[in-house]
Amino acid sequence: MSVAVTIESIEKRFEAFAALRGVSLDIQPAELVALLGPSGSGKTTLLRLIAGLDQADRGRVLFGETDMRELSLRDRRIGFVFQHYALFKTMTVAENVAFGLNSRPRRERPDAAEIRRRVGDLLDLVQLPGLEKRYPSQLSGGQRQRVALARALAIEPRVLLLDEPFGALDAKVRKDLRAWLRDLHRRTGHTTVFVTHDQEEALELADRVAILNDGRLEQVGTPDDVYDHPASPFVCEFLGEANRLPVKVVGSQAFLGDRPVLGGLSQNQGGPASLYVRPQHLRIVDDAPLSLPGVVEHLRRNGPLRRAEVAVQGLQRRLDVDLASQVAPAIGERIRLRITHGSLFAAA
Amino acid sequence: MSEAALHLPAVPPSRAGAQRVRGESLVVRCLLIAVSLAFLALFLLLPLVSVFVEAGARGFAAYQAAITEPDAVAAIQLTLLVASIAVPFNIVVGIAAAWAIAKFEFRGKNFLVSLIDLPFSVSPVISGLVFVLLFGAQGYFGAWLKANDVQIIFALPGLVLATVFVTFPFVARELIPHMQALGSADEEAALTLGASGWRVFFAITLPNVKWSLFYGVLLCNARAMGEFGAVAVVSGKIRGLTNTMPLHVEILYNEYMGAAAFAVASLLAGLALVTLALKSLLEWRYGDAIAASRRH
Ligand SMILES: Nc1ncnc2c1ncn2[C@@H]1O[C@H](COP(=O)(O)OP(=O)(O)O)[C@@H](O)[C@H]1O
Ligand SMILES: [Mg+2]
Repeated sequence: MSVAVTIESIEKRFEAFAALRGVSLDIQPAELVALLGPSGSGKTTLLRLIAGLDQADRGRVLFGETDMRELSLRDRRIGFVFQHYALFKTMTVAENVAFGLNSRPRRERPDAAEIRRRVGDLLDLVQLPGLEKRYPSQLSGGQRQRVALARALAIEPRVLLLDEPFGALDAKVRKDLRAWLRDLHRRTGHTTVFVTHDQEEALELADRVAILNDGRLEQVGTPDDVYDHPASPFVCEFLGEANRLPVKVVGSQAFLGDRPVLGGLSQNQGGPASLYVRPQHLRIVDDAPLSLPGVVEHLRRNGPLRRAEVAVQGLQRRLDVDLASQVAPAIGERIRLRITHGSLFAAA
Repeated sequence: MSEAALHLPAVPPSRAGAQRVRGESLVVRCLLIAVSLAFLALFLLLPLVSVFVEAGARGFAAYQAAITEPDAVAAIQLTLLVASIAVPFNIVVGIAAAWAIAKFEFRGKNFLVSLIDLPFSVSPVISGLVFVLLFGAQGYFGAWLKANDVQIIFALPGLVLATVFVTFPFVARELIPHMQALGSADEEAALTLGASGWRVFFAITLPNVKWSLFYGVLLCNARAMGEFGAVAVVSGKIRGLTNTMPLHVEILYNEYMGAAAFAVASLLAGLALVTLALKSLLEWRYGDAIAASRRH
C-alpha cells in the first residue's frame, strides 16, 4: 500500500524569489523521513509540491513509477496534515474524520454503518475514543492534531505528509506525541514525510533526515549519519551545538596556532580550515600528545548535563565542554582537553 | 427611510477610541453621548416614528384600504418579484466574485475590488440612466431591441437590471474580507481528502461563511426592496405595471394622499426594522461564532 516517492530536481520560484533550487530526494516505501530546516528554507513549499497542491516550475515527483501530475488529487491518495490542522470547524470530529470517505464517488463509498465503524477505529487508533460528537473548537491542541491525523489516515493514504505536526503544541505534549507518532508509524507503515524546524524532533523520529537550507538540500542521511558526519558547517551547526576552531591542516594533523589538536586526518586538504567539535566530544585528560590547555572560567547546568566553559589561548570564544561522567573541575583550574571527534571543513 | 435606518454603524467603535473617550472629563463624555443620542433621535428615530404615526392617523380601515388597493398590491407584488430575481442573482455572482478575489491571485484583482464598490460610489440616478442610455428607445441597443420586440426600459427587465446594479456590492463586500481571512487551507484539506470542487464549495466554503453571507443577503434584500433612485429612472412609473413600492409611495405623496403614502411607506419601514432586528439578533446570538469563524 505504501509507495516510494521520488523527487527529481524540483525548482520553484515565487516571482523573483527562488524557494527551491533543485531538490532531489528518494523516499523508500514505508520510510519515515524528516524534512528539517530553518524557517523559510522551503520545507512547506516542498511538501506542498509533493502533495500536488502547488506546481513545480521544473522537475517532477513520482509515486512509485507514476508521474504525480498524471493523477488527480483524489487518486494520489495523499494524507496531508496541515500546519494549523485545517480542521473543518463547522463539522464534528466524526464528520471531519469521515469527510474523505464521504467524498468518494457513490459506488466506492462505504455505507453509513461501515463509515461509522471506521471512524470509531481511527479515533481509537489516535487515542481519542468517544470524541465523535465534539467540535474542533472544543478540543485541545494535541487532540486537534490527532483528529487531523485520523482524518488524513481515513482515506488510506499511500503517502502521509505532515507539516510541522507538533509545531503549535507545548513542549510536554510534543514529546508525548513524538513517541506516539513513531509508534503509529511502526504499526501502520505509511511512507511518511514530516516537516520540522526542531532538530531534536527530526533526529529522534526519522529513519532519515533531509536538511534543507535556503531552497537546497544540504544533506540526507540517517540521524547518526548527519549528526556525526555533517556534510557542511550549516548542517553541523543546525543539528546541535558545536565549538568552532580555526585550524590549519598540515599533513595528517590539524593545528590551532602552532599546537596540534587533532591527528589521523586522512584528507589531503592542507591549509586553513574550520574544525567543529561538539561539547560532548571534548574530554578532560591528564596529559596527551594532542591536547589543548585551558582554564575553566564557568560551570553551568545544561539540561541533564553540567557544562564547563573553558578559555583557550588563541581563541576568542570559550569552548563549551560537557561533563558527562567526568569529574567536575573547579573554576579557575587549569585543564587539558582532548578532541575525540570533530568535523573539518576547508575554510571558505 | 429604510436607507437611513440601515446606515447605522455596524461596527462598534474601536477599543482604543473608547478608551480615549473615557479619559475625557465627565462633562465632555456626557455632552458627546447627549449629542449622539439627540442626533439619532432627531434624524433617525423621529422620522421613523412619524411614518408609523402618519400611516395610522386615519385609523385602521383607511390603512388597510391603502395597502389593499389594486395599485398598491401591484406595487408590492412587483417589488417582491424584482427582489426575488435580483437578490438570488447577486448572491450567486457575489459569491463567485468574492471567491475569485479571496482565493486566487490574478492580474487586475485590485481593479476588480474597486469595481465592486462602484455602485456605492455612483449616484443611483446615474445607475438608472446608464441602462436608459444602453437599452432605451434612443439608446445604443434601442433600435435592435425594438426590432426584436424586447422591452427592457419601462419594464420588469429594466427594474431588475437597475436593482441588481445598485445592490450588487452587499453580498460580495461581506464575503470578501471573511473569505480572505479564512484562507484556503480548509479547501485544500478537503481536496486532498478527495472531495470534488462542488463538494468543497458546498460542504466547506459555504458553511464557513454562512453568517457573513446571510448578513449580506439581508442588507442586499432590504436595499433591493427600498431602492428608489435608479429604479425611478428606468421604471417610467406606469401605475399597476412598473411601479415598485418606493415609487408608489412617491406618487401617492405627490397626489396629496399622505395617509395612503405613509401606509405603504410603513411597510418599507417595517422591512427596515425587521432587517435591523434580524441583524442585531444575528450579532447577539451568533456574535461569537461569527467572530470565531472570522478569526480562524
Ligand atoms: N505563496 C508564496 N508566495 C510568495 N513567497 C512564498 C510563498 N510561499 C512561500 N514563499 C516564500 O518561500 C520561502 C519558503 O517558504 P516555506 O516553504 O513556507 O518555508 P518553511 O516552511 O521552511 O518555513 C519563504 O521565504 C517564503 O516567504
Ligand atoms: Mg512551513
